[in-house]
Amino acid sequence: MKKRVLQKLAAGALCLGLAAPTFAADTIKLGVAGAHSGDLASYGLPSVNAAKLVVEQINASGGIDGKMVELLIEDDVCKPEVATNTATKLISDGVNVVMGHICSGATKAALPIYNNAGVVVMSPSATNPELTQSGDYPNFYRTIASDDAQARTEVDFALNVLGLTKIAVIHDKGDYGKGLAEFAKAFLEKSGKAEVVLFEGVTPGAVDYSAVVQKIKRSGAEAVIFGGYHPEASKIITQMRKKRLDTIFISDDGVKDDTFIKVAGKYAEGVYATGPKDTSSNPLSKKAVEAHKAKFGTDPGAFYENAYSATLALLNAVDKAGSTEMAAVREALQNNDVETPVGTIHFDKMGDAVGVGFAMYQVKDGQYVEVK
Amino acid sequence: MEYFIELFFSGLTRGAIYALIALGYTMVYGIIGLINFAHGEIYMIGAFTSFVVATVLSIYGFPLLSIILLAGLAAAVWSASYGYTVEKIAYRPLRHAPRLSALISAIGMSIFLQNYVLLAQSPDFQPFPELIPDFEFMEPFAHVVGSSDVVILLTTALVMVGLTLLIKFSRLGKAMRATAQDRTMAMLVGIDVNKIISMTFIIGSSLAAIGGMLIASHIGQINFFIGFIAGIKAFTAAVLGGIGSIPGAVLGGFVLGLTESFATGYVSSDYEDVFAFSLLVLILIFKPAGLLGREAAEKV
Repeated sequence: MKKRVLQKLAAGALCLGLAAPTFAADTIKLGVAGAHSGDLASYGLPSVNAAKLVVEQINASGGIDGKMVELLIEDDVCKPEVATNTATKLISDGVNVVMGHICSGATKAALPIYNNAGVVVMSPSATNPELTQSGDYPNFYRTIASDDAQARTEVDFALNVLGLTKIAVIHDKGDYGKGLAEFAKAFLEKSGKAEVVLFEGVTPGAVDYSAVVQKIKRSGAEAVIFGGYHPEASKIITQMRKKRLDTIFISDDGVKDDTFIKVAGKYAEGVYATGPKDTSSNPLSKKAVEAHKAKFGTDPGAFYENAYSATLALLNAVDKAGSTEMAAVREALQNNDVETPVGTIHFDKMGDAVGVGFAMYQVKDGQYVEVK
Repeated sequence: MEYFIELFFSGLTRGAIYALIALGYTMVYGIIGLINFAHGEIYMIGAFTSFVVATVLSIYGFPLLSIILLAGLAAAVWSASYGYTVEKIAYRPLRHAPRLSALISAIGMSIFLQNYVLLAQSPDFQPFPELIPDFEFMEPFAHVVGSSDVVILLTTALVMVGLTLLIKFSRLGKAMRATAQDRTMAMLVGIDVNKIISMTFIIGSSLAAIGGMLIASHIGQINFFIGFIAGIKAFTAAVLGGIGSIPGAVLGGFVLGLTESFATGYVSSDYEDVFAFSLLVLILIFKPAGLLGREAAEKV
């Protein structure tokens, strides 16, 4: 008896499974891929909320050319080896355009798969310069400036605002952190104003960084420029301060996250980190943040506005192109300005957004404040 | 010279951290010949338990010393019960199965516990309260060695001496040695082998929990994954020193910690793991049983 019920259920499920694709042909499928779980989930989850809000708004006003937008949300836990599966899954589900992925390494691994399938991808947060500058991924766009723009901001700040002459550059050996550190080193050396006294990678997840901290001390560096994410940054800054070393700490948007301040606590005070320019005075940005508070009851997290903008830009391009074909979407992205929370943007031939940049922030009283 | 001393103390702290965890690996291996991969997770659970207890107690304004003692006690008891349960459900049924089965079971347990904590707690890093204050008399040396480093070093030394005494001189220790030598024979002379093995897991797990609390307080942050990375390094330390040997685990921890520290200091931290594992390979080529390990005689 029980068996028969199960069989019926299975048959029902099969029918549903078969029926779904015929429905879906009239929708535009927007993939959202990124870290939605794991220790970097705080970067990925805001993008899911952003996509939900934008899509809700577009569908409420009649969709795109009468077609509703459907969200396909997939988790890549920020790992390249998972991201390839995520991409394959999205493509087999018939995705049209993708907003994501979140981390540079995962994005790089997934892009060739999307490219082969003719799917345009737009990341709100993958900042590795190669992704656009190599020209290998014609299907890739982003609403965030690349790492060399970020390294440029860090170096300019260290040299021109703080007037430093001896700098140690430390990174976490990852695609993102090491890439950024190498740009910072190159810019410092080219400027001729400061000396790079130390350039090293640390092992992520190690139990203790005090040997590196002693090395920084011996190098006589006035400041550390760190390329990497907040778990290592908070360990290094904590151990530096515990070893009574008050070297200036300058880092990147991987560290400009409230989790860093929460974990490093009092040791986070005074740390500099670059992050996307503050766009909170932009009316669209205000609207986006309000919408998030109304729907989810909290302040949005990291990269929320970039993700909101990316979703808007992608869907706007699909609308202008009147198709989801890669060539048509690409042309629409490059030739049309779009109003977004990060400003009025369009994209250059390589895929970078024109009109998006970085600013320097500092932790003051447990909060990141823009340094004017 | 000062730089050398600074690196030396960095290495000692790191080594003591590895050693505290390695003791649990080595105890279990010594008695049943199993590499207990879930040990790193027991350490992580200990850190989380003390985190929860310490946070609650500090809300109620308990003095720091009583927070450390109560949190340490709670963590030890809680982790010990996990260690006991893991042994009972994942290893005991496989006691007579081929070694590989128990090993796979251990890896499975490790993955299970990691994901359990991920779901039950949070994937994010949590700030761990500073349980060990900066002692005033340590202030002149704070740039070389911090108060928490000293506490970790002393704890490791104490635990090592305590364990050695326990195994050499107590009845329980004698029974443990007998079980390690020949399980069937031990049973024949009236030793409750299952109880002895459970005791080994309980002792090893509570040590890991205390280590977890001290180390988390030293680092200042925890998440569900800390046990995995620390566990791998501690396992390396146990093998380096001769797995199954208590002083060997401590020696292995210090050798590994110092190697990493000096490699970072004098070469580059990019190559820290390269040096650590090259050393392991070298030692195993010339001393396959590890630094203090005994060549196991084939039982006839």
